[in-house]
Amino acid sequence: MTRSERLRDYAFLFVGLLLVWGLLNRWAGAEALSSPSETLRRALEFLQDRQFWGHAEATGIAFAYGCLIALFGGLLIGVALGASRAARDAGEPILTALYSIPKITLYPVILLIFGLGVSAKVAFGALHGLFPVALFTIGALKNTSPVLIKTALVLRLSAIETARTILLPAALPEIVTGMRIGFSSTLLGTLIGELFASDQGIGFLLIRAMDANRVSDIMALTLMLFAFAAAANVLLLTLEHRIRGADRVFQ
Amino acid sequence: MDVAAQMIMTHARWLQIIIVFGALATLEALCRFGAVDRFTIIPPSEMLVALGRLAAQASWFWPDVGYTLVNLLAAVMISVVGGCLFGHLVHALPRLRRVLDPLFTSYYAVPTFVLYPLVIVVFHIGPLSLIVMGALFGIVAMIVTTVTAFDRIPPVLMKFGRISRLDPIRATLLLKLPAAAPHLMTGVRLAVAYCVIGIIASEFILATAGIGRRVAVAYNDFDNQTMYALLVLILGFSVAVNTLLGIAERALHRRWHQA
Repeated sequence: MTRSERLRDYAFLFVGLLLVWGLLNRWAGAEALSSPSETLRRALEFLQDRQFWGHAEATGIAFAYGCLIALFGGLLIGVALGASRAARDAGEPILTALYSIPKITLYPVILLIFGLGVSAKVAFGALHGLFPVALFTIGALKNTSPVLIKTALVLRLSAIETARTILLPAALPEIVTGMRIGFSSTLLGTLIGELFASDQGIGFLLIRAMDANRVSDIMALTLMLFAFAAAANVLLLTLEHRIRGADRVFQ
Repeated sequence: MDVAAQMIMTHARWLQIIIVFGALATLEALCRFGAVDRFTIIPPSEMLVALGRLAAQASWFWPDVGYTLVNLLAAVMISVVGGCLFGHLVHALPRLRRVLDPLFTSYYAVPTFVLYPLVIVVFHIGPLSLIVMGALFGIVAMIVTTVTAFDRIPPVLMKFGRISRLDPIRATLLLKLPAAAPHLMTGVRLAVAYCVIGIIASEFILATAGIGRRVAVAYNDFDNQTMYALLVLILGFSVAVNTLLGIAERALHRRWHQA
């Protein structure tokens, strides 16, 4: 697919969404959802507001910590469990079960343990992102070709050398996929954490706007969140394609 | 499966049981000996006892469980049927698929709860809003898995369908759906998991009834017995449903590979 075709697809999506939005606005009325132009105006107002940036910073810090914990913790758990067959067979189903539970129900527990504040948000974000990263890492190690592992044995590489020079490069594409999903899940977790119990952050702004029924605020914040999430996703997807592409050339 | 592989499997099973019960016993001990205070976590045995007591005595328990289950079932039905139909449409139109792809990949990164005011205005406070919220969570997972499931149908089957001159409806019902069934089951499992999250979370923030609502009330009242009992119920339910659907999924895969 050429670049111009891709840009045209994005343009189609953009126009289509705008059209649906406009029609919904007509149908449901301005008290249910604000018009595209009104929302954009409000979003620009937010971007010029110093207070908004304070909230954005609070969310950003919690999200960054949550991401660090989810990515490194997930990688560590994944490598520890993925390295041996017995550990993998025993651990993977437990991780899958933990991944599938509705983590939102654990939020009161997180609050009881960490109290109100930034650590609860970080913990909740990390809780969402940890499992996908760990599961994708395990999957990646499971799919490593046995020939590569035999090569490591023949070359008498130490465990750390094997991990650094053979296992990690071979597993990298799938690990990057896991990180992309972990990134999205952590963002979701952090925002939900702010939505339910917090005194600052984008999630807090959202719930305050919901309580006061300020529709254009809700829509503007949603628009900015969606734009951020989509942009980050596209960036990580591009990185993923590039790594996978390099991988194919290598093989 | 050969004997060695089977032995590894049983070993893994035992190890799992030991890990899960070990973790529960550790938590029990930590709570009993006061390392974790009772206002934070109550011992797991007490959670089970409290759940039994609620089921036997609380007048709201069964009506609220029923309320949540009915809403969940409706949301799952909408997600699965709607997602399958729309996924089929997206699969048939590659252009539409390319255009919608970025939307699908970033959908789950945004908290769908932000649509709540819109849903309330259109569907009013009540079960219908909860069902719509649940379906909004579940349907995209089903659409995406339907598209990839149809991708995986072997081309030879489609050729066979053309040779047999099946019309599009028959080709879908007799050929595509059965061939894609194992992968579609993955979608059903995901849709159920997402619908549970959507329904419970929506009840948590906006409902007037349901299990999620009861968790929120218990949390606000510092009623840890009730709260943990309900959490055990929800977690146990979702793990059980997930395990059952996983078994069904593997059975479908096996049947397909044997055929």
